[in-house]
Amino acid sequence: MIEVQRLTKKYGELVAVRDLTFKVETGRIWGLLGPNAAGKTTTMRILTCYLPATAGRATVAGFDVFNEPDAVKKSIGYLPEVVPLYLDMTVSGYLGFVAEIKQVPAAKRKAAIGRVIESAGLKDVGHRLIRNISRGFKQRVGIAQAMIHDPQVLVLDEPTIGLDPAQIREIRELIKGLRGERTILLSTHILPEVTQVCDGVVIINEGRLMASGSLEDLAASFERNDGVILKLRRAGAEEAALFQGLPGVDRVSAEGNELRIEWSRGRDLRDDVARLALDRRLGLQEMRSVAGIEDLYLKIVSGGLEQ
Amino acid sequence: MNNIWALVKKEIRAYFSSPIAYVVIFSFLLLAGFFFYSLVMWFNAQAMQMAQNPYYAQQININEMVFSPLFGNMSIVLIFVIPLLTMRLLAEEKKNGTDELLYTSPLSVGQIVLGKYFAALVMLAVLLGMTALLSIFAFAFGNPEVAPWLTGYLGLFLMGATFIAIGLFFSSLTENQIVAAVLTLLTLLLFFLLNWVSSLGNGAWRSVVSYLSFSEHFGVMTQGILDTKDIAYYLSFSFFGLFLAHSVLQSRRWR
Repeated sequence: MIEVQRLTKKYGELVAVRDLTFKVETGRIWGLLGPNAAGKTTTMRILTCYLPATAGRATVAGFDVFNEPDAVKKSIGYLPEVVPLYLDMTVSGYLGFVAEIKQVPAAKRKAAIGRVIESAGLKDVGHRLIRNISRGFKQRVGIAQAMIHDPQVLVLDEPTIGLDPAQIREIRELIKGLRGERTILLSTHILPEVTQVCDGVVIINEGRLMASGSLEDLAASFERNDGVILKLRRAGAEEAALFQGLPGVDRVSAEGNELRIEWSRGRDLRDDVARLALDRRLGLQEMRSVAGIEDLYLKIVSGGLEQ
Repeated sequence: MNNIWALVKKEIRAYFSSPIAYVVIFSFLLLAGFFFYSLVMWFNAQAMQMAQNPYYAQQININEMVFSPLFGNMSIVLIFVIPLLTMRLLAEEKKNGTDELLYTSPLSVGQIVLGKYFAALVMLAVLLGMTALLSIFAFAFGNPEVAPWLTGYLGLFLMGATFIAIGLFFSSLTENQIVAAVLTLLTLLLFFLLNWVSSLGNGAWRSVVSYLSFSEHFGVMTQGILDTKDIAYYLSFSFFGLFLAHSVLQSRRWR
């Protein structure tokens, strides 16, 4: 549904996106994951025909974004990073205007507005001025306007940024509820968003593709090891050596007051590790699993991994 | 066409849901009313004196003595008022990020420019239409000629339409409304006063410069002379402003 091939975008000397290639299949939710300034917004702006690419090509729903922008714009719904709201309009007035410029036929406009108000949970604020509604509702209005012309593809740029935890959960539920009907590409710099909402992920950093694929595929290819991270009172060479001595442990590394203990997949040494920490009174504060993708993402972001 | 209409409706709603429209209409009407009142008072005093003498009595002309200077004054007020109407048109969209909605909707740049332009034209028509109410008094108690009155309003409208096109262009250049308004005002004043400069030169230079001046083409229209040359001047100037605004917005596609 979305295909990007060797896409490059330069702003003068600055290369924002470099040779990016990925693909999102119909009906899936994919995350575009990367730290700030990785090129997520630029990529989305190219896909939605807001910006032209310097090189490469991209197609959305089978239409080329540069040669057939009108067809692309009709089949795509877009929530920009800054939600494009007219503060002096009411929620339903605004959705009516968007329906008009998205060329929803006049006869279907009312039904379309009713449908998105319903699915974005905006019933209580429909008549209120956008200026006066909360940040969370504004974000919902943004998602509602993206869906008004019933597009096949939704592109959401940081849909949960700046929201409180409860609102974040609501928006995530809202997006998950759209699964199956539409192809969705959402950008984020928060990993849990991807693991909770998405089927697959495209990880980019400094405009380059670092990894892409479904979550299962990525997990399988990168997690050769299993392991835990222990947070201790002190984690130095001495403690590391202690755990290194445990049978089955492959690798131990220390960072700050955390020890990272890895063993090969298929075994489970968690009980042994915990018992050792308790027996030696190491001041165990926290113990958590090494998450494959999280690990991969951290490595990518800190520059520790080359493609 | 539907797209343009959607934008026009939205812009007019935006004008009236902010204080801009009310402040502009209020100030314009206040000034127009003041000018009209002063001119009529002056006209009455003159008429009294001139009526003493049968030769002068024939020269009394309400069109020349009231409407012509009134239109002249209104055109100067328009120079200050139009930048206030046009400054927000494109600059505000850019500042609020709402331009991203417009450009990712199936709207052409031409439709965006025209939608904004027509909305401001509607505001201009409202503004001028309300001052036309003043003329009701002149028609009720005097007998002005209709033709010069109509060409005067046509002249005001065409000139205002040109001002709007220029204002739209400056609004497309920046996301700062104040900058857009100041640059528009500067340009309008410059072109309005261009015929002062022309008196310094001579020959071809003089006629070119005075041809470019807004006021040069406006004066004759308030006297009831409708020349295609003047209409062509305003229309081509408006078209040029719209073309520049269109080019600025379109340049996003190849930058």
